[in-house]
Amino acid sequence: MPSNDSSALSADHFVADLEETPIRAVDAIDESEKPRSSWNDAWDSMKRRPTFWIAAGLILVVVVVALFPGLFTSVDPRAAELTKSNQGGESGHLLGFTLQGADVFSRIIWGTRASLTVGLLATIIVTLVGIVIGSLAGFYGGWLDAIVSRIGDIFFAIPTVLGAIVLMSILPTRTPLTVALVLSVFAWPQIARVMRGSVLSARGSDYVTASAALGVSRFRILLRHVVPNAITPVIVVATVSLGTFIVAEATLSFLGIGLPPSTMSWGNDINAARTSLRVSPAPLFWPAAALSVTVLSFLLMGDVVRDALDPKARARR
Amino acid sequence: MLWYTGRRLLQLIPVFFGATFLIYFMVFALPGDPVAALFGDKTPSPAVIDAIRAEYNLDKPFIVQYLLYIGGLFTGDLGTTFSGRPVADELVRAFPITFRLAMLALVFEAVAGIVVGLVAGLRKGKLFDTSALVVSLLLISVPTFVIGFLLQYVFGIQLGLFRTTVSSQAPWSELVLPAIVLASVSFAYIVRLTRASVAENSSADFVRTASAKGLTRRRVVTVHILRNSLVPVVTYLGVDIGSLMVGAIVTEGIFNIQGVGGTVYRAITLGEGPTVVSFVAVMVIIFMLANLLVDLLYALLDPRIRYAK
Repeated sequence: MPSNDSSALSADHFVADLEETPIRAVDAIDESEKPRSSWNDAWDSMKRRPTFWIAAGLILVVVVVALFPGLFTSVDPRAAELTKSNQGGESGHLLGFTLQGADVFSRIIWGTRASLTVGLLATIIVTLVGIVIGSLAGFYGGWLDAIVSRIGDIFFAIPTVLGAIVLMSILPTRTPLTVALVLSVFAWPQIARVMRGSVLSARGSDYVTASAALGVSRFRILLRHVVPNAITPVIVVATVSLGTFIVAEATLSFLGIGLPPSTMSWGNDINAARTSLRVSPAPLFWPAAALSVTVLSFLLMGDVVRDALDPKARARR
Repeated sequence: MLWYTGRRLLQLIPVFFGATFLIYFMVFALPGDPVAALFGDKTPSPAVIDAIRAEYNLDKPFIVQYLLYIGGLFTGDLGTTFSGRPVADELVRAFPITFRLAMLALVFEAVAGIVVGLVAGLRKGKLFDTSALVVSLLLISVPTFVIGFLLQYVFGIQLGLFRTTVSSQAPWSELVLPAIVLASVSFAYIVRLTRASVAENSSADFVRTASAKGLTRRRVVTVHILRNSLVPVVTYLGVDIGSLMVGAIVTEGIFNIQGVGGTVYRAITLGEGPTVVSFVAVMVIIFMLANLLVDLLYALLDPRIRYAK
């Protein structure tokens, strides 16, 4: 453990011998517990808030539904009986039937996966790309920062959904992956900007200077000290953007250029139900409700996480 | 101020060329043949393909195509739509409608959003504040098109208060409901922004000083708290013009408004790729100019920014 050695060394130099000044009870340090990180503090503040448990519970339900849709419904979402077209609920089919006569509830359950996959994939891609580009630009600065920031400005100048509309109306293949990629193309500069700013302020910290003085390599400082300390704002933005990506996918599907109609997704079901809105609003209302609750839970989670990670906001409350 | 304006204008130039190049690149250099897309599932004869390629300059090298396109932009030639009409003509016809719709939405979201946000921020933690927060979260999580359908269903079909579709002249009275739909998400964001900003400024030193000087509560709120809280809201309004244009595509599609958004919506649903691109490119340019305008306004509102550089 090199760090222990160095602290022992400095103790020799700057602290008087133990015999001269024995440790008093007040000065004794309780080392039985592990040191508290800011993550521990954040967790403590989060678990006291009911909002956190509500949001976490909803997200857990949505994830489980997306992973194992078969557990929640035994009705085939593709089985359509035209005689039941747009009919109301009955036993076994509580939410009624779509225009095509398929079970609304079953379609919502099976549509969860596509919507969540797009949101999750886009968030992962955007976060990874944003963290890498933002931290490199912020840490190394100079020409790298100049070039990357200007390129980011260009992508930032095109609103995400507008750019996605252009790309999606041209792409020949539409899968959850391509939709996620297309959304990521225009959304990464936001995370990169947040990460860059955060890295810039972490770069000047004392612990960075200290590690540099100890001879730690630049890249290792970035990886071990700067990125972990600069990543919290990105986590907040990423949580919220997961919700906005789900909305974006639904908007693209509503315009008919998102996932193909054969893929079951909330956006596609809402789009399909719009023609018969006058006759029966239920097939449109229920998938929209499922989508909104999912987005809401990610927004709430983002709020709670932000409050927990930002001590200033915690003190204000 | 002049120096700042000049610097911002200079910064806009590479972004403008970069963004238009990007859009152009996406459409014409990526896999997928725009000419084949013109014909849908039919296969045109090679001679027809060659003629169209020449007409759209597709037979020339990519960079030449782009320069010709940019040259066209500056001379008012924005290309032609699917049906052969010049995009510029379509814009002249459709733009005033969308402009009126967007103005209505902007006024609604700014006035209502700031008032609700101010009251909520001043009564932090009270019932009004909590309900304003809940409503704004709900509005943000429900997609615009769902809000559109719901309002159309409730006010248009059930109550019969509004027409469900807007006539081609789009008089102001028919635009009220679509404008509320268009403004809904931004309204929620403005409420949250104003509330946070007002709550923070209420405990600022200059507010305590103003109260200690014996100024009336009314004056402290309007001059000291509100004015200082508006700076982030104004910035948001600028960024919001981008989401308003996306929203316009959806909202005008739902209410069948013959504006720019409605034109893009129909082009998307009919699969007219080239029309979509030429309109969206114009929208992106408007977005960039609006952002520049807001940046300048921002500098006017907050002297610290003006003198910083």
